Amino acid sequence: MSDQFEPRLIGFLCRWCSYNGADLAGTSRMKYPPNLVPIKTNCSGRVDPTHIFKAFAEGADGVLIAGCHPGDCHYINGNYRTAGRFPLMKKMLEQLGLEPGRIRLEWVSAAEGDKFARVVTEFTEEVRALGPLGWNTRTPEEQADAGQASSDRVEEAVPA
Amino acid sequence: MAQEKIGVYVCHCGTNIAGKVDVEEVTRWAAEQPNVAVARNYKYMCSDPGQDLIKQDIKEHGITRAVVAACSPTMHEPTFRKAAADGGLNPYLLQMANIREHCSWVTVDGEAATAKAKRILGAQIHRLPLNEPLDPIEVPVNPNVMVVGGGIAGIEAALKLAQAGKKVYLVERDPSIGGHMAMFDKTFPTLDCAACILTPKMSAAGKEPHIEMLAYSEVTEVEGYVGNFKVKVRKKARYVDIDTCTGCGLCTEACVVRKVPNEFDRGLSKRAAAYIPFPQAVPLRATIDPTRCLTLTGKKCKQPCLTACGPGAIDFDQKDEEIEVEVGAIIVATGFELWDPTPEKRYSYGKLDNVLSSLEFERISNASGPTGGHILCKNGEPPKAVAILHCVGSRDENYQEFCSRVCCMYSLKFAHLIKEHLPECEVYECYIDMRTYGKGYEEFYKRLMNEDVHFIRGRAAEVTDVGLSPTEEGRLVVKVEDTLLGITRRLPVDMVILSSGLAPRSDAKETAQTFGFGCSANGFYLERHPKLEPVSTVTDGIFIAGCCQYPKDIPDTVAQAGAAAAGALALVDNPTVNVEPTISYIDPEKCSGCHICVGLCPHAAIQYNEEKGVAEVITAACKGCGVCVAACASGVPQQRGYLDEQIFAEIEGALAV
Repeated sequence: MSDQFEPRLIGFLCRWCSYNGADLAGTSRMKYPPNLVPIKTNCSGRVDPTHIFKAFAEGADGVLIAGCHPGDCHYINGNYRTAGRFPLMKKMLEQLGLEPGRIRLEWVSAAEGDKFARVVTEFTEEVRALGPLGWNTRTPEEQADAGQASSDRVEEAVPA
Repeated sequence: MAQEKIGVYVCHCGTNIAGKVDVEEVTRWAAEQPNVAVARNYKYMCSDPGQDLIKQDIKEHGITRAVVAACSPTMHEPTFRKAAADGGLNPYLLQMANIREHCSWVTVDGEAATAKAKRILGAQIHRLPLNEPLDPIEVPVNPNVMVVGGGIAGIEAALKLAQAGKKVYLVERDPSIGGHMAMFDKTFPTLDCAACILTPKMSAAGKEPHIEMLAYSEVTEVEGYVGNFKVKVRKKARYVDIDTCTGCGLCTEACVVRKVPNEFDRGLSKRAAAYIPFPQAVPLRATIDPTRCLTLTGKKCKQPCLTACGPGAIDFDQKDEEIEVEVGAIIVATGFELWDPTPEKRYSYGKLDNVLSSLEFERISNASGPTGGHILCKNGEPPKAVAILHCVGSRDENYQEFCSRVCCMYSLKFAHLIKEHLPECEVYECYIDMRTYGKGYEEFYKRLMNEDVHFIRGRAAEVTDVGLSPTEEGRLVVKVEDTLLGITRRLPVDMVILSSGLAPRSDAKETAQTFGFGCSANGFYLERHPKLEPVSTVTDGIFIAGCCQYPKDIPDTVAQAGAAAAGALALVDNPTVNVEPTISYIDPEKCSGCHICVGLCPHAAIQYNEEKGVAEVITAACKGCGVCVAACASGVPQQRGYLDEQIFAEIEGALAV
């Protein structure tokens, strides 16, 4: 590997859709960067905001949450809870002085191996561009800048 | 926490993992991790000797936790958890680290893959000391089965289950079972008459005491879980009492609305508003079309059907009825739709006369069809030449990329039938590749090559009525490049048959959502595993069969229906089934009774106990999504197997490397 910054990413994948989508990317031998470590939950609705912050506190540079498409949730509407929480998580991240672009929500079905590979590739590059999280090394000014500079990107990052 | 002894097992999976990930290095690394007592690697962990390694270590090294770094848990978690249980370890003390699908297969660089494998494995090593022994929850199984869709797949599955003595609810949307197969004339390659082989099965299903036929009905809602589904079915009003009606057909003769396009003949004939879809219908009962009947559309009618009906079965006041049925397993066999060739404008379907879809031709060549089985053009004359165009809406990036598998063979069958009816007729087959992959199929193709059929290798470019010569004048002309001769040809013909591909039902996505499984990228229902579990879905207890899963011929459909029936039977033939214990619980000592979780639970599995002032999880209703866990501000609800501290530990482990 080259000297470029390799972001460390955590991906919470729901067991029914996105985890299987990631499996399909594998069985289809699609290639994507090795930066993201998947963690399986039954539903994306299980992902607690504390999980996100725990990941950042442990040194993650970005966190992906992936669940079933709206209407496809194995638990009827668990993913709607995720969708509801996600903008709040972004807001909180911003208030903490972190770039909201460090978390990403995606709907990946069990048939979308290609989408999973694409999302991980894109997200790796996006977080690479943001640079290391540097949780402990930022000055208050830097934190304020980080929150502000990327707040414009919040809207586009939330899937419709 | 007491010192745990973890066994780590890194699988080579032949070269699937070891070809990319340095399994020796991962094993060496794992051996140094906290709590790890044994770390091994093996060529195929899922083999018997591989599984025995875990069992031996439980006995000889006293390991108290185990992690298998191998394929996806979807593939082999049950295998290894069973091995752990056989060795005397609670199965939920074994975790899998997916270093194949999520690592070796998707990573280009070997070193990067090895590093990622460590992170994936590290997450599980960190988590394991926090795993608790869990016991599967044993739930009773309702022995009844529902089959949705009354085509050949549904009929076959229902009959098999009924033979095994199971009560089957057979739900069919249309007034009669039979599906597409009932429309076919002959079946390839044996040329059995479709009706001759299907109607006995339809009739058997109608008479079978174990089958409760819910024709002209649709599933509206599915609740519950494996072994215990509650299904709501809307029985659409037929405006005919099904028990009183004898299927004599006098109402259809008396009905004054006579020009309704007959769906069964693909609109090539007309039916009355009071109708029986086809003479062999099961149940053989009349239905009154509420969109066309004068009385039901609020217009004036002398209601001659009422007078004609001897037993007085007609009831204009009948309403849709919703019933709830409890079953242990469900087989979804909702079939396909023929791809509608209208968007392929260059073939002029729906614009020029005598350009037919394949199902329309099935009806025309069928003795019970609109022409009595005589192959005739719209003007009543037999065609002198017919072109059959393959791959319409199939193998076409503009429409459907996939091969529909059956079109080559039915096209060959059409050519044979035309030659049989009209030996002087010229028949052209315009194909891309001839795909005759089934038993007896290649032989059938060979036979057709000796029946004076013209095979032209090339996808047709256009169907036009603009003639350029006296032989083309007033006829249809097919423009096609013969790629074997390297020339463009114009074929003057009198009839064009478009061999359309098979498409998913237009409401397949909604149906899949109703039953709780997904669709593949091509729109057909997604099976749990394409090879090893082709009739299972992600939802335990719900199976799929037939063309709703992917286009297939009748033999494959029947085989799959049998497989789905066997899958359902293997479930409902047991008094109980184990479900995953990964459900939520609420500590009443900590709950403040704020109600947040009560309203969020998708399954209404949390109720508020007024007396104690706390929320309580109804164990039997909880499905383990964990939404309540994430929602509680105090973190009171917890989900077994996915405790916050377990997820935290995974995060730590994944980022510690």
